[in-house]
Amino acid sequence: MTEMLSYDFMQRALLAAVLVGVTAPAVGIYLVQRRQALLGDGMGHVAMTGVGLGFIFQTSPVWMAVLVCVLGAVVMELVRSRGNQRGDIALAMLFYGGMACGKLLVSLSAEAGSGSLESYLWGSILTVAPADLVTIAVLGAVVIAVTVGLRRQLFAICQDEEFARVTGLPVRLLNLLLAVMAAVTVTVAMRVVGLLLVSALMVVPVVAAQQLTRSFAATQAAAIALGVVVSLAGVTGSYQADVPSGPAIVLLAIVVFALFSAISGPLARRRHRAPADRGPEVCDVRLPGQGAADANACAQSGPTSGAGLAQ
Amino acid sequence: MLQNSTKDVTPPTDSDPARLPGTPAAAAPAIVRLTGAVASLGGRPVLRGVDLSVRPGEVVALLGANGSGKSTTVKSVIGAVPLERGGLELFGTPYAKFRQWHRIGYVPQRTTAAGGVPATVREVVSTGRLPQHRLLPFRRKDREAVDRALDAVGMLDRARDGVADLSGGQQQRVLIARALVGSPDLLIMDEPMAGVDAASQQVLADTLRSEVARGAAVLLVLHELGPLEPLIDRVVLLRDGCVAHDGPPVPNTGLHALPGHDHVHPHADDHHLTSTGLTGTGLTTTPRRPA
Repeated sequence: MTEMLSYDFMQRALLAAVLVGVTAPAVGIYLVQRRQALLGDGMGHVAMTGVGLGFIFQTSPVWMAVLVCVLGAVVMELVRSRGNQRGDIALAMLFYGGMACGKLLVSLSAEAGSGSLESYLWGSILTVAPADLVTIAVLGAVVIAVTVGLRRQLFAICQDEEFARVTGLPVRLLNLLLAVMAAVTVTVAMRVVGLLLVSALMVVPVVAAQQLTRSFAATQAAAIALGVVVSLAGVTGSYQADVPSGPAIVLLAIVVFALFSAISGPLARRRHRAPADRGPEVCDVRLPGQGAADANACAQSGPTSGAGLAQ
Repeated sequence: MLQNSTKDVTPPTDSDPARLPGTPAAAAPAIVRLTGAVASLGGRPVLRGVDLSVRPGEVVALLGANGSGKSTTVKSVIGAVPLERGGLELFGTPYAKFRQWHRIGYVPQRTTAAGGVPATVREVVSTGRLPQHRLLPFRRKDREAVDRALDAVGMLDRARDGVADLSGGQQQRVLIARALVGSPDLLIMDEPMAGVDAASQQVLADTLRSEVARGAAVLLVLHELGPLEPLIDRVVLLRDGCVAHDGPPVPNTGLHALPGHDHVHPHADDHHLTSTGLTGTGLTTTPRRPA
């Protein structure tokens, strides 16, 4: 272990893993809450065009990916907020177009065939350069400040956008901010888990954590903790076993998810047993014959009194 | 689509001259003033020139058949559906300049309050406090306001539970608490009685009564007046995106007797499945026809 930590590249790798382990679930929780868990996947595809442009223009692929991904995120958010039925088709075009364009640009660049696209697709955390680490740290700090600092606001718009509008929140601005944060996270995580698996680190720690939690705040905290743990364990494991870090991290996260889902059932049952005599948890409408009180209520009410439920 | 066969009620006429002579707020300027509202959804015209006003302290029920434009009217009042033509003023301010959102409490039409990630009752209700604390941290007076609102709807003991674990009626109560938490001057509710069990209907009626006593105005979308009837000052009936009636409610008629009502209730043998037991709400409603 100490031998592993004595290498500069491992120190950088572990630091990058921590940063990504925090940022990806911190943003991902809002996407999961809005049932857009696969949005990060689409952004990963779009980011490929940025990587390709970086190769063509011989600039930093990371910054190019940030630029293209942010643009793509803004377009996606505008399509989503329009709420039109062709929205998913527009998004599909963006995703596939981004991926195809990325591959095409890379093949036209001087580095074609050198296999360096591979490192962006699957991540190559062990080759994180000091300059990359600075980029990851700066972007990660911004993402964490926004997603944790504006937790109540972002929770409100993802929980119920229509209600959030009536509270006077700048809903459109916050939606764009969230989309941009997701785009930045995709590019930050790109070096660690790769563009193809980036979405997994945004989603899997969140859904694993929520097997055991009841509140949003606890889910966010647990997801971030889980993200850090699986990222660190994945990087360490990939060093020891000489396997790529991205797949190692993602598979670990999925194992944790499976474990948590297995124990969530018994835990929930115990939780519900504790405060007894609460009556029915979900079903309010009972059929006659299940209880004397209900039978009475039905007998007394006239045939026109089906208010409320009768729609 | 059965027509109501009730014989003992007189349908009100559109030329009903009674306009709340007894309501003290009648002379006050309207806090909602929608004039000539025209709006469409996906190219289909839904509102064709709706006039709607709510004065301070007034309880206005918006009635109409499915597709008559009730929900769209309410959504255009909160700005969620843009107006193609017509004007909207809230608390005397044109919509474009309106910023006092803390004066409005909104209960959307929902079947669930749950999202993709677990959230507690307290967390959901706390979002109603955002107009008060804005970017500042959530402080004790905010927490106390949340407690009061949860207490008002009888959900304080469930504050730490996940909203997804609650029944439909309980989730509706949580959404009402979320709207009450800022002590709004205007409460807007879209079908608050839909899918709500008898106990929650009772809570809702009580809550509404105490909000009205506090001086709040209420704009309600309802499918029928039902147990809330004694609270309602004025009924606005929509038909095909137009106002078909605007006046005080006629006692013991409800929507059934009003023109343009689509009678969609299941009746006869299946009534026990849908009945929520009005007798259980403890409200003094005269049966509309002999049981």
